[in-house]
Amino acid sequence: MAPMTAKLTLGPLLFHWSAEKQRDFHFRMADEAPVDTVCLGEVVCAKRAPFFEPYLPEVIERLEAAGKEVVLSTLALVANERDMERVRALSCEPNFFVEANDVAAVALLSGRAHAIGPFVNVYNEETLRFLARHGATRVCPPLELPAKSISILARTDAVEMEVQVFGRLALAMSARCFHARSRNLHRDSCQFVCEEDPDGMPVETLDGDPFLAVSGPQILSYTFGNLVRELEALRGMGVRRFRLSPHDIDMVSVAQIFRDVLDGRKDPEAAFQTLGDLVRGVPFSNGFYYGAEGVRLCAPSGQTAAGPALGDIH
Amino acid sequence: MSKRLELVCPAGTPAALRVAVDAGADAVYLGFRGATNARNFPGLNFSLDELDEGLAYAHDHGGKVFVAVNTFPEAGNPDPWRRAVDDAAALGADAVILADIGLAEYAANNHPELRRHLSVQASASTAEAILFYHREFGIKRVILPRVLTVAEIAALNRQTSVETEVFVFGAMGVMVEGRCSMSSYVTGRSPNLCGMCSPPSHVRYLDRGFELVSKLGEYTVNVFPGDELAGYPTLCRGRFVARGRASYLFEEPTSLNVIHMVPELAKAGVAALKIEGRQRGRAYVSEVVAAIRRVVDAAARGEPIPPVDLADVTEGGRQTPGGFHKSWH
Repeated sequence: MAPMTAKLTLGPLLFHWSAEKQRDFHFRMADEAPVDTVCLGEVVCAKRAPFFEPYLPEVIERLEAAGKEVVLSTLALVANERDMERVRALSCEPNFFVEANDVAAVALLSGRAHAIGPFVNVYNEETLRFLARHGATRVCPPLELPAKSISILARTDAVEMEVQVFGRLALAMSARCFHARSRNLHRDSCQFVCEEDPDGMPVETLDGDPFLAVSGPQILSYTFGNLVRELEALRGMGVRRFRLSPHDIDMVSVAQIFRDVLDGRKDPEAAFQTLGDLVRGVPFSNGFYYGAEGVRLCAPSGQTAAGPALGDIH
Repeated sequence: MSKRLELVCPAGTPAALRVAVDAGADAVYLGFRGATNARNFPGLNFSLDELDEGLAYAHDHGGKVFVAVNTFPEAGNPDPWRRAVDDAAALGADAVILADIGLAEYAANNHPELRRHLSVQASASTAEAILFYHREFGIKRVILPRVLTVAEIAALNRQTSVETEVFVFGAMGVMVEGRCSMSSYVTGRSPNLCGMCSPPSHVRYLDRGFELVSKLGEYTVNVFPGDELAGYPTLCRGRFVARGRASYLFEEPTSLNVIHMVPELAKAGVAALKIEGRQRGRAYVSEVVAAIRRVVDAAARGEPIPPVDLADVTEGGRQTPGGFHKSWH
């Protein structure tokens, strides 16, 4: 059986970069990065969105001219009419493939082809099949799903499965902005202090252990998720798409490394080491994949622990 | 016109169910033992026989029982969740509280007569999302995420005819419900799959002589000087360091309390008020339910809210209006 061509997606930017920085970043990705798809659109905080919007048409044009598919990602938390307007506007774009990150967007996109992002709870095949019947053709499930679940979802063949394989793990969202709160500011008058931390604001424990990273109202892991050594196993399960979450590092090289491993030109272990240099010493994690603590870095293995079934008899 | 709001109260155990009903609960909510509900803690929840007895007690006293099956079924293992829905239907529960799309579809198809509520864990925060669950699965009531202000709740109620239920008292997560993996990042056990956030099996207290450290998994969640009472290390209410400053970065150890806003919530079109606390004991349930019962009845009669002091039963003795108030965000 010939292996299916694996594709790379550059996920939506989860941090607040200046509009010019975002534009230049995406221009460079268009020109140089071997990714097949690029997600644009503000996912984390609606207040950030207006800055980049004027540049959106030229960025889309540049990406499409480079042969890349553009996906528009919607907000992960839609809490008021202003947020909803934004989701509505994106969902009504007939010429774009839209990624829903909230059930409100799923509702609006129902009946036409769309993607489902990792902020919609797709934990099992019944939910996956339901969404597929309503138009979902590509699903990136929650990041905490273990290999066992990913493999069961992929086996349904209901949609194209996408798995995030690189970048900090988005762990939680709030209505409250923690970046603003860290400066004793209110979300409404936040002064966009989140722009000072292009990869998120590091959060340590009182004992000085690096723990989390904050991007406005979103909490991410301090570690970078890295499944470069698990790519082959994932492909064996039928996963054909791999998501790289953008960071303020050399993402062209990151994409090239993943492309090389997928194409058999680079050894996964060597790739893992090179990626370590690119993230400047921030530790990697892959625990969720192995059904362990998400923060953990487990030794790669083709097999995954079966783990006890949940839902004990009541 | 003053509509009387339904008071929905926690029942972690059969004993708590009885005191909640005795103290004036219009309805109690509970879960089966195991991972099918979002309060899967040791010593809590109901067996089939206990639910059967609890239903009889509640129904004899004019109360309803809602069964929470509000975690997300594990891939390849739907049976425990389906069985929980089947059992709730067979025993005559007044409603099931669901979060997962696939399970909601199962309940709608197999038990169309069983009333379905949408759990806060589904985090449906817009009219579009609520109407979607209503249209697809016949959801009759939605428990609103704790991210909405009262004005936003009123706007939602104008846009749909689906009943809304809001939390008014108890512990409050800071993160959007049903979409938080912080605890599984640290412990390997997902609240969405196992029904446990910051599980006791991973909690440790470390005595350093001059201070007490609370840990979840490998991480220090808080440090208390010798004379301070150590709190439970729930991740989102821990103390952490950002930009060189230690603080309760996400939320102080505090409890949600918006019972003074009951008349406003009634005006906003809310149908039911919910009290958090299935993990709490009988004394707590009895005191809190009775107090809020008085408030709800006074509000329904158009009378001023009677003074209620629940400070001694709230976490850290501190209370917050939470997301209901714009100032919290």
